[in-house]
Amino acid sequence: MRAADIRSGGSWQAIASVLLFIGLWQIGAVFADSRLLPGPAAVLASLIGEARNGALFHHLGITLARVGVSFTVAMVIGAALGIALGLWRPLDRWLNPWLVILLNVPALVVIILTYIWLGLVETALLVAVALNKIPNVAVTLREGARALDRDYAEVAQVYRLSPWMTLRNVIVPQLAPYLLGAARNGLALIWKIVLVVELLGRSNGVGFQLQSYFQLFDVPRVIAYAAAFIACVLLIELLLFAPLDRRMEAWRR
Amino acid sequence: MTMRILIQRKVFPARAQAPAHIVFERFSLDLAEGEICAIVGPSGIGKTSLLHIVAGLDNDFSGSVEGRPRGIGYVFQQPRLLPWRTARQNLQLVIPDCPERAGDWLAQVGLAGSENVYPQRLSLGMARRVSLARALAVEPKLLLLDEPFSALDEATAKSMQDLVSAQLKRLRPTTLLVTHHWHEAAALADRVITLDGSPARIVDDRSIRPARAAE
Repeated sequence: MRAADIRSGGSWQAIASVLLFIGLWQIGAVFADSRLLPGPAAVLASLIGEARNGALFHHLGITLARVGVSFTVAMVIGAALGIALGLWRPLDRWLNPWLVILLNVPALVVIILTYIWLGLVETALLVAVALNKIPNVAVTLREGARALDRDYAEVAQVYRLSPWMTLRNVIVPQLAPYLLGAARNGLALIWKIVLVVELLGRSNGVGFQLQSYFQLFDVPRVIAYAAAFIACVLLIELLLFAPLDRRMEAWRR
Repeated sequence: MTMRILIQRKVFPARAQAPAHIVFERFSLDLAEGEICAIVGPSGIGKTSLLHIVAGLDNDFSGSVEGRPRGIGYVFQQPRLLPWRTARQNLQLVIPDCPERAGDWLAQVGLAGSENVYPQRLSLGMARRVSLARALAVEPKLLLLDEPFSALDEATAKSMQDLVSAQLKRLRPTTLLVTHHWHEAAALADRVITLDGSPARIVDDRSIRPARAAE
């Protein structure tokens, strides 16, 4: 489903494409006739089974909480850092090389090193995820801060707007598209990293469950957990990001 | 209190193909409290730069502006309305203590009914009128008008001139009006100065009526 369709509240094409995919999947599963490619019905049965015994909500809840905390930490630190870099050129000159390095360090290396240095604890997970995401947020917000229009800052200065009024009415509206872009990309990246971190060093969460069912070659349950998580992310997009996007776009022609 | 503008030197630094350019050198201008001074002169001579310096937006010069009143209203050359705020919200922002007056001001500039319209849906002329309303709404002690009636049709320009004239009589702010039109200067100002040359200097300074402050 395309982001634009989601933003506009969905379209018949988007729904049709999902239904078409499910149809093709079912046909493929029938022809393959293998436990390695279960059909939609088998996945749905696994999903209902996991939901009934409570495991789905338990592990999904833990993972969502981890995603929520890591996302918030990464967004706050990344945005603050990015804005500072965009507004203060000397700081950018000092930190830009590190930003490039951190952007290109493989996520797996950060995760392994964090677990080695901090131990297999919850803090290590949050640090590893945030470290992976902060550079992306910072780079996006740095561009936003660089693009701040001086004309509006001068209006705020002439009319003696308070710092809070200036932030709320002049700066944040200009940064909003960058914040929302970073948040969308952030969520997409963070939940993937959280699953890897859970898989490598935690004893609960969707990542841990995926690893367990991978070892059992229980493909229906692997797909069921992935589908449940994707459904959650789509809900966040529909209920949070899409309304925010519409509100932000209201003033445009 | 007289406002004293003294610019020892103001330079536009070299950029791309353009060499550095001295805009003002040993330039001075005194404005009596409540005086309405029109500035005329060719494009690019530094009229807008002078307003920026007077407003305190440009501090990259050697010299000083003494006696600058607190409470500035500035009609910029471009309206500079915040595009993500409606016409009413743009006004309310600068008069947080009495936001209910925003509607009255919009009505005075002929924009009753457009209060909830975003600037991108306003014509340039309408946006200019909101910008003018914003500058007057703060009841400024110093009013800076940078070609405030351009992009307005003749009838609207006349009615805006009448509105500004009435508000100047009521509020008596010290005013700098940049214009290319002598008839605007003559209609509103007590004094007209003409800038010319490079660096810019005052080549003509004439009172065209007794200062209102002295009336």
